[in-house]
Amino acid sequence: MAYSEKVIDHYSNPRNIGTLDKNSNNVGTGLVGAPECGDVMRLQIEVDDSTGIIKDAKFKTFGCGSAIASSSLATEWLKGKTIDEALHIDNMDIVEELALPPVKIHCSVLAEDAIRTAINDYRAKQGLHALVSDKKHY
Amino acid sequence: MINLPIYLDNNATTPVDPRVLDDMMPYFTQHFGNASSRNHSFGWSAEKAVDAARAQIANLVNADSKEIIFTSGATESNNLAIKGVFEMYAAKGNHFITATTEHKAVLDACAHIEKLGAKITYLDVQEDGLIDIEAYKAAFTPQTVLVTIMYGNNELGVLQDIKLLSSIAKSNNVLFHTDATQAVGKIPVDVLADGIDLMSFTSHKMYGPKGVGALYVRRKNPRVKVTAQMDGGGHERGMRSGTLNVPGIVGFGKAAELCANEMAADTARLTKLRNRLEKELLTIEESYVNGNKEHRLPHVANISFKFVEGEGLMMGVKDLAVSSGSACTSASLEPSYVLKALGLDDELAHSSLRFGLSRFTTDQEIDYAIDCVKQAVLKLRDMSPLWEMFKDGIDLKSVVWQEH
Repeated sequence: MAYSEKVIDHYSNPRNIGTLDKNSNNVGTGLVGAPECGDVMRLQIEVDDSTGIIKDAKFKTFGCGSAIASSSLATEWLKGKTIDEALHIDNMDIVEELALPPVKIHCSVLAEDAIRTAINDYRAKQGLHALVSDKKHY
Repeated sequence: MINLPIYLDNNATTPVDPRVLDDMMPYFTQHFGNASSRNHSFGWSAEKAVDAARAQIANLVNADSKEIIFTSGATESNNLAIKGVFEMYAAKGNHFITATTEHKAVLDACAHIEKLGAKITYLDVQEDGLIDIEAYKAAFTPQTVLVTIMYGNNELGVLQDIKLLSSIAKSNNVLFHTDATQAVGKIPVDVLADGIDLMSFTSHKMYGPKGVGALYVRRKNPRVKVTAQMDGGGHERGMRSGTLNVPGIVGFGKAAELCANEMAADTARLTKLRNRLEKELLTIEESYVNGNKEHRLPHVANISFKFVEGEGLMMGVKDLAVSSGSACTSASLEPSYVLKALGLDDELAHSSLRFGLSRFTTDQEIDYAIDCVKQAVLKLRDMSPLWEMFKDGIDLKSVVWQEH
């Protein structure tokens, strides 16, 4: 199976690899997937408390090229967005941007889940309740 | 000067040796006759070429020419052996013994006859990929008609103790079939010394063309018969109808002759090359060889690089044609069932690469492959959350994963 140019670009030059302090109050961490499924994504956001804007985002991913590209792209998109805006990132936007084939759609789903999990982690630290997604993935 | 990409997936298929192709060419346009045409010279020259090839192939495995049944490949040979014995020996019994690490062609043929009333014992293998002999002995019943255990495993290269397995089958008065697709042409395979009654193998894993294979069917002590699965003109002693693929068979024969002549030299060279590749790659922290290291084909290495996913790794070594036990592309996301059968942790099974060397693999290519894999593993570990957790001393088994 051939990868799209954008997947190759993100795989070869991943944006924002790294680790933020998961114990910090303005950092939200989302760790999703499982080693036995061959995909684990960790996505972290750092939120500016005064503006509510995501000022930094980092990821690390164990997975195929599409999983790495999906999380790399997600960090790029997250930076500069407010939490509310970030919640609107849809997995299908990732599929479209990276031209993922059907067998790789789960990589984008994982990235969206990682975003939501990171946001909820941040919200929990702020004393806010977790947001429940009613979205169904097909 | 090195040509990229480098082909290291020779367990999937090998290139045709140019000497093989040279011998095949006249049989497409010049000697194009049907080997079954008995009444003109076109048929006779085709038949003569087939006879010569049959002798070359028989010689490679120490069989008699008459015991070689040509097929389209090892998948067909496995189907013919298993389904053919099931039908032919129905009066004797309906129990078959096989192993969980067999090729799909064997497992699915077994599943097929299971639906038709056969009973199948699927033996688990030990951590090193070898059959547990005691469990094997215990599997025989008065109803057992066939054992089918592969010679060398396609993913691991692990070699079963065929002599021992076949002698136990014989003492139980049970026929012994082996899928020797990966072994024939690579290591000495001797149907008499190895006690084999039926054996599947194929041309395209030993530098011959695709689309032609063989089933060895023993004629003496005991005389073995299989029910044809393809009806028609009664070719191949009535066991496999269909016009013979003469150019393919000629190529298969030449490939067998070259293997017989060059096996010792190829093996010595490839063992050194494989061992160097393996030794260098094992200098990478948390990397492991899968399968028994001693009882193994000389040209195969299956290595897991923990905390790196195989498909991602393959993308990182895009100038190397290798294969991975990971199956991120399949809908099931299940890693290799062979690696899982060894009891490997899922993340190790997902983290494997299989290297298959060939007669044409060079020192320079192996040097390149070593550098390439080392770089890719390091790069991917830098971005692996599992590697970071491992380095922080977190036991990954203690983590509650959010599975999909």
